[in-house]
Amino acid sequence: MTKALPTSFWGYRRENGRVGVRNHVIILPLDDLSNAACEAVANNIKGTLALPHAYGRLQFGEDLELFFRTLIGTGRNPNVAAVVVIGIEPGWTQRVVDGIAQTGKPVEGFAIEGRGDIQTVAEASRKAKEYVHWASELRREECPIDELWVSVKCGESDTTSGLASCPTVGNLIDKLDPVGVTTCFGETSELTGAEQVCASRAANPQAKDKFLKTWNAYNDFINDNKTNDLSESQPTKGNIAGGLTTIEEKAFGNLQKIGKSTRFIDVLEPAEEPKAGKGLYFMDTSSAAAECVTLQAAAGYVVHLFPTGQGNVIGNPIEPVIKLTANPKTAQTMSEHIDLDVSGILRRDMTLDTAGDALIDITVRVANGRLTCAEALGHREYVFTKLYRSA
Amino acid sequence: MQPHFIVHDASDTVGVVVVDAVDPGQNAQGWVMETDATIAIAVCDRVPLGHKLALTDIKTGDTLLKYGNDIGKAVADVPKGGYVHVHNAKTKRW
Repeated sequence: MTKALPTSFWGYRRENGRVGVRNHVIILPLDDLSNAACEAVANNIKGTLALPHAYGRLQFGEDLELFFRTLIGTGRNPNVAAVVVIGIEPGWTQRVVDGIAQTGKPVEGFAIEGRGDIQTVAEASRKAKEYVHWASELRREECPIDELWVSVKCGESDTTSGLASCPTVGNLIDKLDPVGVTTCFGETSELTGAEQVCASRAANPQAKDKFLKTWNAYNDFINDNKTNDLSESQPTKGNIAGGLTTIEEKAFGNLQKIGKSTRFIDVLEPAEEPKAGKGLYFMDTSSAAAECVTLQAAAGYVVHLFPTGQGNVIGNPIEPVIKLTANPKTAQTMSEHIDLDVSGILRRDMTLDTAGDALIDITVRVANGRLTCAEALGHREYVFTKLYRSA
Repeated sequence: MQPHFIVHDASDTVGVVVVDAVDPGQNAQGWVMETDATIAIAVCDRVPLGHKLALTDIKTGDTLLKYGNDIGKAVADVPKGGYVHVHNAKTKRW
């Protein structure tokens, strides 16, 4: 018999009403040049987290907009209590500060030019210390389950992903969508072969058209740039070692993550915050794990579910990543990375329904504060999606 | 009982091995998830965990079915009970 669904979880209610499940004070670099200062501040002030990344200089057009959306979205995520932004110059630093400040959370920017790293680090450290004292006194409160936002994406998939771990995520979505949990799947190119079946899962004609347009644009981009049939890239070497032969096979396994009955209500740009209410969203993303999760976290999702076959070890600095596998070898040889083992489905000593219930249980426990394997192991992959060369 | 291989849909032409491996000469037991039926296949190649077994004689150019859907085409003949992977199957995309 199906277990009763959880009705609440314990989270941090932020100034704008959204609920987070972590309470990070982050030190956010505007650009690659500011990573060193951010890491110095995080080293000075315990309980803060620097988020170094590779970009932020001379980007332009749509690529620049995506960069700002990702960076600002990271700061806006309700898993973040407060933000110190450090940039090489004050103009774009302030743009990031203003974007984050709309949520009402504490945020302050510091620019390095004309002062140097040492003075900037000293001033930013004093502000970070103030934020840490403040954030450390915030308390979790009981929140209705429909305030939970959950993103999903799989990685280093193999045939066991399509048989059991992705369907387990799908079972969770089919159970939590009706109670108002907001969810998100992505991986545009990795739906190739299953794109028509995916399109048929749209809740309305607008979402269907938007999805097919998005998929076609990504497919055209791949066809324009490919030099071979993408074998070893998509599917990856790891996918092939795990028994996946074609992109179509991988796509149908991937699509199991949205369950059997749930329909997606809207299509999001990369890192775009959902605005159509509670429900399942499709986001246009790369299928590379860290890029996809970074974009979903920037859109405001607070817990991530990550089915893996061969054993992807990804984490994210601000959004806890829960890993599940149905591959009995991976569950055994990489057990320190696996939060939930559903390989019993393949042995027929666990049903999909039981596995879905177990995933709901661990998801709520992680939302309540339990650290994931990726958090305990220090996986903080923060990777921007870059659309084209900088100017 | 632990199946040797699992099949998603009754119309599929390939199944996935879910034990360490199946070996030539073995009469492998399969579970069809869609119908909950049990089927048996005489294995003719060694097929490792997670890799695919042909459930029927497959000819060059045939569409491969898994999840009840088209997952690519055979680029070589594969006998029933044979090993299906990148050496004899290929995407129809890209």
